[in-house]
Amino acid sequence: MSDFTWKPELLGVDGRVRPVVTAPATVLSGVGDEVDPFHPEVVQLAADLVATMRVSPGCVGLAAPQLGVSAQMFVVDVTEHPKAGTTHGTFVLCNARIVEASRWRPGREGCMSVPDLTGDVKRAGRIVVEAVLPGTGEPVTLTTDAFEARALQHEIDHCAGKLFLDRVAGAHAIYQRKVYLEARTNDQ
Amino acid sequence: MHELAITVIGPDRTGIVADVAEALSGVGANLSDSTMTRLRGHFAMTLICTGPSAEAVEKALAPLTSDGGLLFTVRAVQPEADAAARGEPYLVSVHGADRLGIVAAVTRVVAGAGGNITDLTTRLTGPLYVLVAEVDLPAGAAAGLQEQLARAADEVGVDVTLRRAEPEIL
Repeated sequence: MSDFTWKPELLGVDGRVRPVVTAPATVLSGVGDEVDPFHPEVVQLAADLVATMRVSPGCVGLAAPQLGVSAQMFVVDVTEHPKAGTTHGTFVLCNARIVEASRWRPGREGCMSVPDLTGDVKRAGRIVVEAVLPGTGEPVTLTTDAFEARALQHEIDHCAGKLFLDRVAGAHAIYQRKVYLEARTNDQ
Repeated sequence: MHELAITVIGPDRTGIVADVAEALSGVGANLSDSTMTRLRGHFAMTLICTGPSAEAVEKALAPLTSDGGLLFTVRAVQPEADAAARGEPYLVSVHGADRLGIVAAVTRVVAGAGGNITDLTTRLTGPLYVLVAEVDLPAGAAAGLQEQLARAADEVGVDVTLRRAEPEIL
């Protein structure tokens, strides 16, 4: 099921792999600026997000602040993840807002910007997100669930200066990660 | 019947829990509430036991310290009083660059608001310091505490989040 079709090739530029910023870094704590989806720098950043996600093992989402840019844009791709339900392939969203959220459930999350820890976080299992697409500025309304919903909430949090650490379920809900790629159970 | 507070800490190795639990059960010390965890390579146990005298437990644990690895304390404590009203459950998350005084600054503000910390974990991973605390707050204290925590966090250069804990009760 897909509310929209989008491919990174539509951006028309090649993405560059960029270093991922890790906490503590100021850029991860600030509220990202809204972006102009037509601006060439925004289009390039969208391509860079896709390129960087694709070379990062286990990575199913990456937000602009993680590339050092305080902006409301992120990429998600949970295709083929075992916990995925509804999937929309690879997509980049700008200025995303959650307009509906329900079916709250706990789940384990990790983050490339917090590489040594994971945490249990309660997230909505079904959400509706409104955003615009980079390059075209086309407004989209995306309805999704399960792992894609969790990944979207994690990335939208990044755009608001929040990490999963700000939402962990309790004092015993953070864990030292032994190996970064834990059977792809992390949503980031 | 005595109630005893016992702490044990030492370099992590296989069998610490088994050794301590066996020594305790050997003198009739019944283990009630406990936390046991590894902290940066040290294994730390905090236990409440009921049963024999503190002296009997100290004698039972003494052989475990012979190689100089384990340290322990045993002291008699009063049984828990009837639980008072506990307030509203909240969670505090703090993360930022490690520096001296983060825990002191944050917990002093929580205490000043009448908040009772019931559980707290800190982790240092590389340069990142993380604190997560479970706090019981007096009714109506959250809004003011939020502002005070934000100021305290700003002074020590960390991010702080205060939110209501949502118990999962089936």
